[in-house]
Amino acid sequence: MLLKRTFTKLTVTELKLLAREPVTAFFSLFFPTILVVILGSIPAFREPSADLGGARVIDIYVGIAVALTLAMLGLQVTPLVLATYREKGILRRLATTPARPTLLLGAQLTAALLTAIVSSALAIAVGRIAFDVPLASNFAGFILAFLLAALGVFAIGLFIAALAPSGKAGNSIGTLLFFPSMFFAGLWTPREVLPHVLQRIGDFTPLGAGERALHDAMTGHWPSLLSATVLVGYLAVFGLGAARLFRWS
Amino acid sequence: MPVIAVKNLRKRYGDTVAVRDVSFAVERGEIFGILGPNGAGKTTTVECVAGLRTPDGGTITVLDRPPRDSALRREVGVQLQESQLPDKITVREALELYSAFYPAPADWRALADKLGLAGDLRSRYAKLSGGRKQRLSIALALIGNPRIAILDELTTGLDPQARRDTWDLIESIRDTGVTIVLVTHFMEEASRLCDRLAVIDRGEVVALDTPAGLVDAISAEQRIRFRPSVPVDDALLLAAPEVTAVRRHGEQIEVTGTGNLLHAVTSVLAAHQIIANELRIEQASLDEAFVRLVGRD
Repeated sequence: MLLKRTFTKLTVTELKLLAREPVTAFFSLFFPTILVVILGSIPAFREPSADLGGARVIDIYVGIAVALTLAMLGLQVTPLVLATYREKGILRRLATTPARPTLLLGAQLTAALLTAIVSSALAIAVGRIAFDVPLASNFAGFILAFLLAALGVFAIGLFIAALAPSGKAGNSIGTLLFFPSMFFAGLWTPREVLPHVLQRIGDFTPLGAGERALHDAMTGHWPSLLSATVLVGYLAVFGLGAARLFRWS
Repeated sequence: MPVIAVKNLRKRYGDTVAVRDVSFAVERGEIFGILGPNGAGKTTTVECVAGLRTPDGGTITVLDRPPRDSALRREVGVQLQESQLPDKITVREALELYSAFYPAPADWRALADKLGLAGDLRSRYAKLSGGRKQRLSIALALIGNPRIAILDELTTGLDPQARRDTWDLIESIRDTGVTIVLVTHFMEEASRLCDRLAVIDRGEVVALDTPAGLVDAISAEQRIRFRPSVPVDDALLLAAPEVTAVRRHGEQIEVTGTGNLLHAVTSVLAAHQIIANELRIEQASLDEAFVRLVGRD
């Protein structure tokens, strides 16, 4: 009961604090939607493309926008926030109270996940309403893909937070990982038109696998065993690594 | 039965020995001071007591439990050095958040009033002055209605008025039955607040006594200064058995000695019809006791 109250209070506080960082809050919540709007406004991107197997560019980019949200929150925001908390002795102070610092980690991840859900829902809704992007035809598969991708990417974020000596360092490492990760997720060139070898590499990266799982679900399939295994693997390896290496002070 | 018992505590970081051998016991309801120069091992000692660090040797019990026992987190409030809060959390949010951690928290509004934070409830942490941050930190240590409060460098960074206000607050908290462990390097703070003091130097307890006891133990010696109405020969004063030394500072004479020094000196002067002007008796302070104990300043 007390634990639940503590966790709820911590999560609400984390959400409030996130909302008070205008740049972070704006990009996490609206940037994926803005991307969808900009790309959807280009007429050629609303035409079926042979390269994409008859799909339109905009259809592909809604999934990429969802992956983008997860990458921003998992790789950039979470390491920044948590490494700053350690740097400032906030985790140490919590360790002297009945609220264990692990609860704060959980609250921060929950706040990030809730933000990712709202941001993704917004991008999907705008894609559907403005550009007729079909909703995921395998909805359960989409939820599964979203959760797997979120867990895999957030575990990497936690791992960075475990190693980074300061909030700044955490953010820098995350940003360094963000660009190649999003490349393989198809942010600059959709996965489908990348050379085959790059696609293969991408399948083993967290956001490449995540985007592929999301794309599969949007086109009616279940996430492939490969994508699911890769994402669970990232969760296991980096989650355990973070749990072992995380320092409270 | 002591509420905190520390026996032969040892802690090293790599090759550096932070705490060599520290033992002390804190009794229920007292304000127990831990005094020492920077780097003496004070903070490491209290961090071990607070369960934040694992000692390399020795034993610690807090309320008859090992310091890492999770049940103690409800009973012991800790104010750490250099422990901040998120920049954008407000005072009110921090108080509400931390009171949600405890099964029977103190009324945070009353606590904020008592600490003079009532006017800052809407202020964000980053906008608070050093003194306000310190008060909030104290409030968070007390918000769970602890039986023991450990306060590390409580008044560092506070202006003199805020420091005195904080001392009053600590005394009023002690009066409610809370045992307080105070880490400090301010002598004035230690002598004003503490019932007993452990002086730690280079990782060891070098003295453990009441503030007055510490002063008495190191200074049987007294000092008297005065300006004689007519010149006095040193030999005249040194003839008295109580006098050990005579020094001159311009027109002033400083006499050092033991026993009933004042009576001895005034008797000599009276016998020669000399009047002692601007007579002052200098008593050793905790400052001097401290410098003497730790052998450096």
